[in-house]
Amino acid sequence: MTKPLISVKDLTLQFKTDEGLVTAVNNVSFDIAPGEILGLVGESGSGKSVTAKSLMMLNPDNSVYGENSKITLNVDDQEIDVIGMRRARDQKVIRGGAISMIFQEPMASFAPALTIGDQMVEQLMIHSDMTAREAKEISIEMLTRVGIPEPSQRFGQYAFEFSGGMRQRAMIAMALSTKPKLLIADEPTTALDVTIQAQVIELMRDLVEEFHMSILFITHDLGVIAQTVDRVAVMYLGNLVETGTVRQVINSPAHPYTRGLLNSLPKLDDLEAELRPIPGDIPSPLDRPSGCVFHPRCVESGNIAETCRSVIPEYSMDDANHQVSCHLATQGDQA
Amino acid sequence: MSDILIEAKDLAVHFPIGGALFGEKPVVRACEGINIQIDKGSFFGLVGESGSGKTTLGRAMLKAAPITHGEVTFTDGEVTYDLSGLKGPELKDYRKRTQLIFQDPYAALSPRMTVRDIIAEPLEVMKLTSSREETDEKVREIAAKCRLNLEHLRRFPHAFSGGQRQRISIARALVSDPHFIVADESVAALDVSIQADVLNLLNSIQQERGITFLFISHDLSVIAHTCDHVAVMYLGQIVESAPTSKLFSETSHPYTKALLSAIPSLDPDDKGKAQKLEGEIPSPINPPPGCRFNTRCPFAQERCRTEIPEWREVSSDHQVACHFAEELA
Repeated sequence: MTKPLISVKDLTLQFKTDEGLVTAVNNVSFDIAPGEILGLVGESGSGKSVTAKSLMMLNPDNSVYGENSKITLNVDDQEIDVIGMRRARDQKVIRGGAISMIFQEPMASFAPALTIGDQMVEQLMIHSDMTAREAKEISIEMLTRVGIPEPSQRFGQYAFEFSGGMRQRAMIAMALSTKPKLLIADEPTTALDVTIQAQVIELMRDLVEEFHMSILFITHDLGVIAQTVDRVAVMYLGNLVETGTVRQVINSPAHPYTRGLLNSLPKLDDLEAELRPIPGDIPSPLDRPSGCVFHPRCVESGNIAETCRSVIPEYSMDDANHQVSCHLATQGDQA
Repeated sequence: MSDILIEAKDLAVHFPIGGALFGEKPVVRACEGINIQIDKGSFFGLVGESGSGKTTLGRAMLKAAPITHGEVTFTDGEVTYDLSGLKGPELKDYRKRTQLIFQDPYAALSPRMTVRDIIAEPLEVMKLTSSREETDEKVREIAAKCRLNLEHLRRFPHAFSGGQRQRISIARALVSDPHFIVADESVAALDVSIQADVLNLLNSIQQERGITFLFISHDLSVIAHTCDHVAVMYLGQIVESAPTSKLFSETSHPYTKALLSAIPSLDPDDKGKAQKLEGEIPSPINPPPGCRFNTRCPFAQERCRTEIPEWREVSSDHQVACHFAEELA
């Protein structure tokens, strides 16, 4: 088996706040293989963005990483210990080097007072020893590649002159121009209309093949997940509750939370089906439930509810590809 | 046939922009040639991409956007109002009969008012209750219906999650007993598990009180699950309108088809099956001539570029604006 491109082990991240330490990510482990698209799903507040940002050490200064947390990046036969890198100078290797990121709100992620072209050239010159002329050539080539019409004219325009879909394309062009090994896409299609979303998803799928890179695709939309990724990781309140291939997770979800998410989605092929919401709200991270974090909202625990309330479920390892952290899945047969 | 509560005939809403010194001032044609009828007690869905004019249409129906041309008629029991000329006490009365629920529950609630005050405000402003006790009684009743308890009423909005805030907005809209509610993207800002909860709440309220809803959304699957009639908007015009089941089984307009197929399927084996729509929505300042969808339509012909398609009925209760609806269906 080939080495994973990036390997996250026991990642725990807390934020120091006035109300004390808030746990945002709790003991999360996952790997991303070269050329693989991993989807990270969860509701707002589940810790998916924080997890992704820790791969690039982009979390704010008040964040505290757990002692055993380890993020290893394997590039060019080198093992890079990401969390060990404390100085911005060293972090250049990961930030924009091996890893690039595209954000949810494309309007907010471009500087409004610089042209799109200036911003593309600037980052290319930081990460390579290109001349400005070469950087411009490559930038225009990338703009063409992502399907922006009249790229050389667009190169000199500002972000406000682009439509939402065009901005997100330019963002992708910029992120890919440094040829990263891993692209982190944080809700890249959420702000877009469905018809534009379909265009952007197809573009990203094509680019993965062409550049042979991996993507960590963050979204709350299970439909987008089903259409885009190879493997899925489901997060709830900072915990990873289920991972598996996209077929395993969507077609035979093992965790009650994943099942709840799927049941609450309106489905187009069955208009009469009742929408079944997950009862209750996501608890505050300041007040994490004991035992299984999902137990206050779980409708399936039944006669093992006591166990769920008090014992933290193990991450089952019986099937290497499909893992779940739930008492029902591990001892449901006996209960 | 059931009664029509509100009807728009050839409605247009234009917003002037900037000023050309001479000649005609440029306008944004946000809505144009809109014909819809909303039956009493129905859950009417309005779907379209951003910039299609659905919010403007919703607001025009509430007389919260200027009506440039055409008429909107509201018939409720003994009263009939023509919205374009409505003012004074009649307008006040119309405001009592209608309400609006906003998209963003974080922005729609004043952070300086308690939940009780937020819900009570419409009652006080419209002078619907005569004493504080009566107001409190009404607020408590409506809050219970939206699953907010007494403890919640004393708190401020910041203490609530998105789903709870949206329930507060709904309670505020319902407290004055309106007959017509425009819900503008009311679930778009919510997580899916919460979204289903709010949709179920809206549905049960509608059935219990017989309120007529105009439900605006960009998400066709949400519309499909809640509404009994759907109108599809594109660039300021309604391109297709039909009862929900008919719209899905006998889709006639190429835009509705594209919109349907662009929704990501939950089946991983469906990858790449979506019928792709090229390009983006054109500017409403200068809409394309002929059929407004012709720049993106995969079936567009010469006729589509010159001749504006007529708004016509293809089968009972199913209207479409496309020259080739029959051939494409």
